Amino acid sequence: MPTALLVEQLLNGLQAGMTLFLMAAGLTLVFGVMGLINLAHGSLYMVGAFAAAAVAAATGSFLLALAAALAAGAIAGVVVEMVVIRRLYDRDHLDQVLATFALILIFSEGTRWVFGSFPLQLDIPAWLAGPITLPGGIPYPLYRLTIIGIGLAVAIALWLLIERTRTGIRIRAGENDREMISALGVDISRLYTLVFALGAALAGLAGALVGAIQSVQVGMGEPVLILAFVVIVIGGIGSIRGALIGALLVGMTDTMGRILLPSLLATITDASMAASVGASLASMSVYILMAVVLVWRPSGLFGAAT
Amino acid sequence: MTPRTFILAAAMAALPSLALADAHAGKVKVGMITTLSGGGAGLGIDVRDGFLLANKESGDRLDVVVEDDQRKPDIAVQLADKMIQSEKVDVMTGIIFSNLAMAVVPAAVAQGKFYLSPNAGPSALAGKGCHEDYFNVAWQNDNLHEAAGAYANKAGYRKSFILAPNYPAGKDALTGYKREFAGDVEGEVFTKLGQKDYAAEIAQIRASKADSVFFFLPGGMGISFLKQYADSGVDIPVIGPAFSFDQSILQAVGEAALGVRNTSQWNKDLDNAANAAFVEAFQAEYDRLPSLYASQGYDTARLLISAMDAADVGDRDAFRAALEAAKFDSVRGDFAFGPNHHPVQNIYVREVVKEGDVFTNKLIDVVLKDHADVYAADCKM
Repeated sequence: MPTALLVEQLLNGLQAGMTLFLMAAGLTLVFGVMGLINLAHGSLYMVGAFAAAAVAAATGSFLLALAAALAAGAIAGVVVEMVVIRRLYDRDHLDQVLATFALILIFSEGTRWVFGSFPLQLDIPAWLAGPITLPGGIPYPLYRLTIIGIGLAVAIALWLLIERTRTGIRIRAGENDREMISALGVDISRLYTLVFALGAALAGLAGALVGAIQSVQVGMGEPVLILAFVVIVIGGIGSIRGALIGALLVGMTDTMGRILLPSLLATITDASMAASVGASLASMSVYILMAVVLVWRPSGLFGAAT
Repeated sequence: MTPRTFILAAAMAALPSLALADAHAGKVKVGMITTLSGGGAGLGIDVRDGFLLANKESGDRLDVVVEDDQRKPDIAVQLADKMIQSEKVDVMTGIIFSNLAMAVVPAAVAQGKFYLSPNAGPSALAGKGCHEDYFNVAWQNDNLHEAAGAYANKAGYRKSFILAPNYPAGKDALTGYKREFAGDVEGEVFTKLGQKDYAAEIAQIRASKADSVFFFLPGGMGISFLKQYADSGVDIPVIGPAFSFDQSILQAVGEAALGVRNTSQWNKDLDNAANAAFVEAFQAEYDRLPSLYASQGYDTARLLISAMDAADVGDRDAFRAALEAAKFDSVRGDFAFGPNHHPVQNIYVREVVKEGDVFTNKLIDVVLKDHADVYAADCKM
């Protein structure tokens, strides 16, 4: 494979990983800090994308659309946490799955009522559109580079928040021992609402960023949700660092698997066959990665051993 | 999180929505199972709206029961059982997706129901698995892809990069394209069904020496591909079947689709009286432009109503002969059934244009005249 193509594919893997990280970061915080399985995380991603599409259509501004996605995600998160999720912290994981699955159905049908069944338009803004030429003469879309940049910025901001602020100390403490921290006078339920809203806002942001290069439609969140779960299982539940490394691993494995496996197989069989079998193997590669990591480290790369 | 948790989540299927209609004497009772929720809902809604518009124009001669299959084969099968056993429908229709059609159609015709397909046309039901009571009013799945291959020859393309999702209809698509395309296949890629990011594939296209790209990526997959392709700066021309350029999704693709040539058996500017009336009535009724799927739903209902004029649905042989005759003014112009009850029709190439603020298609040329499918020879009924 020519170097230029290889570099382009590595960037593609990096970008896929960064997008996944935005989803997985919120999911792993909620899972780690509150012990809650939130299947409706993908619905918050969809809410962000629809809010962005609606605001972009009304104002024509992409930055306002991104702000709207963050706000809509956070608001939807706060409402959902206070109305439904709050009642689930002490319940069994099965009850949590049941209730948040119901939320998926409610969000999907609600969105259909408001916006209809046809996909919405959300375009890359003119100032981010088109490819730029990287050193070495490699053309690469500016928008995808921007996503990589935003992902890195979010990763650094989250790290600072968790490691360097008082709120971060409380979040870490809540993760370790929720009785103790509430005994020490921290308003645990407000902390939980905050963490949930933060995760939801990140999901909303991811939805808006991805919506501009994919399709904004009902049900767009669920496929991403499954991958985000794979990411946090690989990275270790509750670990932001794990979510970042896990997301990059999954993004890289998926992208490189998709291009390398069919061409590897093409050396031993005919092209059509290689394309078909290679594609099937590639779609499994992420799950094989997860299985391998779990055999090696049962609680994930950065998970606390239980 | 335990495996049990995941299994529970996966096993929870939503309850089918109910839309019961009263039984009226002297009408033909139609059971429509179509996709009205989930990712593919836009297609089913258009088929339903086109069908119901034709029924309304006829003075409600059909008694239509509509149900949502949620794009799930098991739910489609349950709904079909209910329609056949308790609703006692005479005719069934509506299914959008080929895998659902394979689950429902053979059982329905075996239980003595007529089935008129407004969309799905799997090869298995066109060849050896054909049935005298099964009629496809849209196309055999391969047809539009064959037309794309034929168009690529006309346009002078010699080397194509081709891609489709890794599932039966995707494989049929690439087979159909290669059947007519006379040039070389420069690259062949199967993507994951439902995949939304095509950066890796687009990089391969950029690195290839192809002079054309053929893709079959229906629904949201196509929207994603086209937006990313336009943004990547790759300028190799793209061709595809109408499914990724249809009225229902073009607005979401936006500028990225402008100028792309795509193949279809119908377009809103096809010059015939039935079509002009249909396009006008559909816009008046629903306040949006009709899609390919709406035209197929409309033709399906009009075919059925034309058969009711000629025969009683209780007289099965006469009714079947009336359906075969297809004596209705199709919005596609000339329309006839081949020996396997699949359409013999013209297939056109269209170009995506912008009319005012609306993205839509303009008819360019006929690609395949009176085209029939290759499976008809295997059909013995």
